[in-house]
Amino acid sequence: MTTMAERILPAPGITPETEAFVAAAREGRFVLPHCEDCGRTHWYPRAVCPHCWSTRLTWRPASGRGTVYSHSTLLRVEAPYTLACVTLDEGPTMLTNLVGAAPEAWHIGMAVQLRFQAAEDGTPVPVFAPA
Amino acid sequence: MSPRPATACIVGAFEHPTRKAPDKTVAQLHAECAAGALADAGLAKGDIDAYFCAGDAPGMGPLSMVDYLNLKVRHTEATDLGGCSYLALVAHARDAIAAGRCHVALITLAGRPRSEGSSGTAPRTRAGTPEAPWEAPYGLTTVNGYGMVARRHMHQFGTTSEQLAWIKVAASQHAQHNPHAMLRDVVSVPDVLASPVISDPLRRLDCCVVSDGGGAVIVARPEIARSLRRPVVKVIGAGETVRHPFAGQAGEFDLTTTGAAVSGPIAFAQAGVKPADIRYASIYDSFTITVLLQLEDLGFCAKGEGGRFVADGNLISGVGRLPFNTDGGGLCNNHPANRGGITKIIEAVRQLRGEAHPAVQVKDCTLALAQGIGGNLGSRHGSATLILERE
Repeated sequence: MTTMAERILPAPGITPETEAFVAAAREGRFVLPHCEDCGRTHWYPRAVCPHCWSTRLTWRPASGRGTVYSHSTLLRVEAPYTLACVTLDEGPTMLTNLVGAAPEAWHIGMAVQLRFQAAEDGTPVPVFAPA
Repeated sequence: MSPRPATACIVGAFEHPTRKAPDKTVAQLHAECAAGALADAGLAKGDIDAYFCAGDAPGMGPLSMVDYLNLKVRHTEATDLGGCSYLALVAHARDAIAAGRCHVALITLAGRPRSEGSSGTAPRTRAGTPEAPWEAPYGLTTVNGYGMVARRHMHQFGTTSEQLAWIKVAASQHAQHNPHAMLRDVVSVPDVLASPVISDPLRRLDCCVVSDGGGAVIVARPEIARSLRRPVVKVIGAGETVRHPFAGQAGEFDLTTTGAAVSGPIAFAQAGVKPADIRYASIYDSFTITVLLQLEDLGFCAKGEGGRFVADGNLISGVGRLPFNTDGGGLCNNHPANRGGITKIIEAVRQLRGEAHPAVQVKDCTLALAQGIGGNLGSRHGSATLILERE
């Protein structure tokens, strides 16, 4: 049994499109992009709304609650880890890692809660643990 | 079926016999494939007036390879849809020929991932892409992306590992007859299930091989094809798309559908045929689950029925209803450059010409489909479909 907490997350790299998200995350806040023109949110965050190509986007606080859409634990590596898609209560589905439980504990439909985990360079990265 | 104009034909096809080439360069492999396809076609180098390539070609688009091959071209194209690029390029070559831009088009693929130590368990996110900051920390590799897809399909439709194993079993039944195949041993469903889990629920024998090598295809005007005194293989239908399930979804996120659900119907409509008319299918097989999803999305069975469709040898030539990948496919034969698309075209051409191994040759094979996926079903991917007919 491993909780697989030992894997070091590679740094995400910060770009003009990600710095506001990262700044909020450094304060422990999880935010989602909201389009002021079409009213929709999306993932992954970008400076141009993928629904309507508006650039009038603002960041809104999000719950960090979601459910597991699917997952796969890569075993044939030094530090196994669980890749997953988590559907947020706000709608979008994001690629992420599941942490804080053994691989066999995860199942589709499971309720999970976002937490930030520091990447190798300290940048907070959203991952999910059992709710 | 109403008659339709033949706009272009595949006149040359060549699969490099190597599966490991540490002593060759990628450009050299491209050139050896080009020469092989040219000889197969019975054309001369000077007949080629167009060159098509994808991201495996070294250098900037077609520049280095057109120079290396010393071609005189009046049309070129580089399109990168990953492993299915070459199926899309056949359609693009057909269209360029129909538009009068060229007469004889060369398409090549080559690479050495085996010699270079490439692995499906290595992270594949490319630095500098817009998605990189949102994917790189999570370790999206090839195999865990497809693992998520397989688990979701199992959850939604009750698909089992045993059913997936039948796809590998069928490929191995075919590969035993291919002297160039990397894996020639026939395997059983229990053999597949006994292989180690790589990224759950996918096991080692659910995964394709990593091989060096390549292939080339030559597309030409129908008049040229008919002058070559070989069976004429016409491109009668083609479709392509890019599918990106993450962007733009709201409540309908779906990893179990591939771009084949778009590219397939376009190709079938253009060809004026139905899935039931297809005598042989080359289906991209990076993993067993890749095959299952494409078969559903192309309409060979209903969505969710893929597991039942592939079971009990239904994909084995001479046994089942839909012979597939009679060269052994990526699962057993060859997946050059980690991009198997060109091998899908080549085996379909062999089948239509009656040049497949006698043990796997489909009788009266007049209509074939070749289908590819490129990229990752777990993030974003290209899909390209070709329907080919023997005149």
